[in-house]
Amino acid sequence: MIKDKVRVKTFKIDDVAVTGRSDSTILEVAKEHGIHIPTLCYLEGLSCVGACRMCIVEIKGSSKLIPSCTAKIKEDMEVITNSSRLIKHRKMILSMIFAERTHTCSVCVSNGHCELQSQATDIGLEHSLVPYIHKGFDVDASHKEYVYDPNRCILCTRCVRVCSEVEGAHALDILGRGISAKIIHDMDEPWSTSESCTSCGKCVQVCPTGALFEKGASATEMVKKKSIVTNLIQARKNK
Amino acid sequence: MIESLEELLAHALKKKESEKNSHEELRVCIGSSCASLGADELKKGLKTKVKDENLDKQCSVKGVGCNGLCSAAIMVSHYDKEKELETIYGGVEQNDIDDLVGIIKDKSSLENKKCDMNEPFFTKQKKIVLENAGVIDPDDIDDYIAHGGYIALFTALEEMRPEDIINEVKVSGLRGRGGGGYPTGLKWETVAKVESNQKYIVCNGDEGDPGAFMDRAVMEADPHKIIEGMALCAYACGADKGYIYVRAEYPEAVKKLNKAIKQARNNGILGNQIANSGFNFDLEVRLGGGAFVCGEATALVTSIEGNRGQPRQKPPHLSNSGLWGEPTILNNVETFANIAPIIKNGGEWYSSMGTKNSTGTKVFALTGNIKNTGLVEVPMGITLRELIYDIGGGVTDDKPLKAIQTGGPSGGCIPEELLDIKVDYDSLKEVGSIMGSGGLIVMDENSNMLEVARFFMEFSKDESCGKCVPCRVGTTELTNLLDKFVKKEASKSDFQLLKDMCEVVKESSLCGLGQAAPNPVLSTIKYFENEYLEGIKDD
Ligand SMILES: Cc1cc2nc3c(=O)[nH]c(=O)nc-3n(C[C@H](O)[C@H](O)[C@H](O)COP(=O)(O)O)c2cc1C
Ligand code: SF4
Ligand code: SF4
Repeated sequence: MIKDKVRVKTFKIDDVAVTGRSDSTILEVAKEHGIHIPTLCYLEGLSCVGACRMCIVEIKGSSKLIPSCTAKIKEDMEVITNSSRLIKHRKMILSMIFAERTHTCSVCVSNGHCELQSQATDIGLEHSLVPYIHKGFDVDASHKEYVYDPNRCILCTRCVRVCSEVEGAHALDILGRGISAKIIHDMDEPWSTSESCTSCGKCVQVCPTGALFEKGASATEMVKKKSIVTNLIQARKNK
Repeated sequence: MIESLEELLAHALKKKESEKNSHEELRVCIGSSCASLGADELKKGLKTKVKDENLDKQCSVKGVGCNGLCSAAIMVSHYDKEKELETIYGGVEQNDIDDLVGIIKDKSSLENKKCDMNEPFFTKQKKIVLENAGVIDPDDIDDYIAHGGYIALFTALEEMRPEDIINEVKVSGLRGRGGGGYPTGLKWETVAKVESNQKYIVCNGDEGDPGAFMDRAVMEADPHKIIEGMALCAYACGADKGYIYVRAEYPEAVKKLNKAIKQARNNGILGNQIANSGFNFDLEVRLGGGAFVCGEATALVTSIEGNRGQPRQKPPHLSNSGLWGEPTILNNVETFANIAPIIKNGGEWYSSMGTKNSTGTKVFALTGNIKNTGLVEVPMGITLRELIYDIGGGVTDDKPLKAIQTGGPSGGCIPEELLDIKVDYDSLKEVGSIMGSGGLIVMDENSNMLEVARFFMEFSKDESCGKCVPCRVGTTELTNLLDKFVKKEASKSDFQLLKDMCEVVKESSLCGLGQAAPNPVLSTIKYFENEYLEGIKDD
């Protein structure tokens, strides 16, 4: 059933003519047309926060860089997704993420299945451009099935959003600000004592890095099943 | 209940009548700076003494808001109503009480503490926002009314259509005083045009810039003026509810505002059917926790809604989707304080002051190595030199001036050579700084520009909300790098990295905090590059 009248807008992404529903974002239309824009905090079906800034794009005629996950499309706009300026910025931003906490891939359970790692490979980031500033957090292994390692967290808040928007538990939130910001359970309690956590594991499946993982899993086993969550969201939408 | 302009004017007259016998006023500044030195005690002592000497019929003693010259706290002024003559005394202490009373008795004494009213500090200022500061008792709505308060609102409700108000504001050329300088009339027009059953008016009294206290002074000295400006805005845009967001560290401002709101309600100036016009408007004060980022428009709105005060990506703009998703107007305290005078005197009157693109006046908080620290209101377009040397009295100890920092953590440093530029939005921007909310720090030859840049970067780092990567990590990285320069331990490649990182943080951060954080670094690199080069160690 189509509720509102759906209008279509026509515009260009990287010189390719594309069309999209008038209420779409640039990122959505790019995906529909097989144009790749890198993302980290974005997850289909969750609210968009525009926080990681990896999906920034240029619009011809404007000097501003805007995140394609939150920017709505406009008729006749010309989007550029891969200029050398954008790539330079993305490299620096990725470097900053690596520098912020510990991402030693060789000793991470997500090695080989990590979105951060693949972004770095895709963009050709061979070494960090900025100095490491990591301070070190305690790992929370109190939950019987899952482990939370803040040292590998990139603060994308996918776990926070999936927990509140899909599971409806809102067991997770953010504490502190700046580089001291940290994902917490309830009022910063050990995960095992969280009364609102339903142990559904959705947070673990959507976490792009090795910050949330299943206990006892090896690097070959710990493949995130994001589709469980995105399929569920889609199913609810279609109901 | 005051139900018409006629009743309002009668109300004002009654107040003046009641004070008929008192020909003089002793006004004690009880603004935060003076209060911290014991102004309240002084006022009490003075009251008792005046009464003891049987002078209380002839002279009233009242507490007033900030008079401006904070470096001369405690300030007391003597006002002769017949001659309309004000004499200001600075550095007044408890043991001056007898001499103060002497002024009423035989018009002598306390000569040594008398300020020269012919000094440019007094003559070169132009007070619109601060016209009542230091003059009226902020706790007394009747005093505000007796000084012409609420005439603009009642006139508007009786004689003007909403679009007339917006038109006056547009003609006035007023631009937002919170930092961005967005045309106020245009902002109002946008929201007035949006169709919605619910709209909100929000006043930004967060004032997070370090060293700034302009908005605090206005809230403490003349709270009704803000209420009147907001009510006019609400009428013009079709809103019936407003919030004033004030940081909890401003308890005196909060107290004054709450009291003023209550008094306005009791007089029918807030609430339903204001002035029998069918216009409803009410206001509430909301407290902020004092995070700099909560002054950012979208974060402030999120904070009022009761959530973690974090910015969100614009668009959607507040004019479309603000508080609880409804169309919202957010303006700064000083912006709202300009509205009643504009409606009362007309937009053209306002636009005849200042420059073409920056009309009216601006309040500045002068601090740093300057003789007259405090609050001043000057016409836009005045040169920095006049502002610093005439009004500010020059650099402390007559040392050579090195630079002026304007615009707080989002601003930049202007070198001495550019002292003759005009103080307006465009000129300041042209030289790599901004007007900001009006903080102005004067720095003498001994100031280290690297330390200045590091100070502001560290502030931004501490205040970054942590939502987006470039600001969260970038401000920390930049602070660390600047630290290396200050310690003269930086390498050549660090200088390139510093510049590259500034570019990324500026261009890719989510909100104004991150986008502006590199400005103090970029402007000091522009004018004081040699200091950066001196921070590089020889290999
Ligand atoms: C980090 C940050 C902090 C801000 N703090 C304040 C503030 O304390 N007071 C204020 O009026 N505006 C502040 N602003 C600007 C507001 O977002 C907004 O532009 C302004 O309040 C709009 O009012 P105006 O048009 O009257 O200036 C801040 C902006 C940013 C990005
Ligand atoms: S724990 Fe994982 S999903 Fe949650 S914020 Fe950190 S990286 Fe993102
Ligand atoms: S720029 Fe800074 S303050 Fe603004 S959203 Fe990003 S992290 Fe938060």
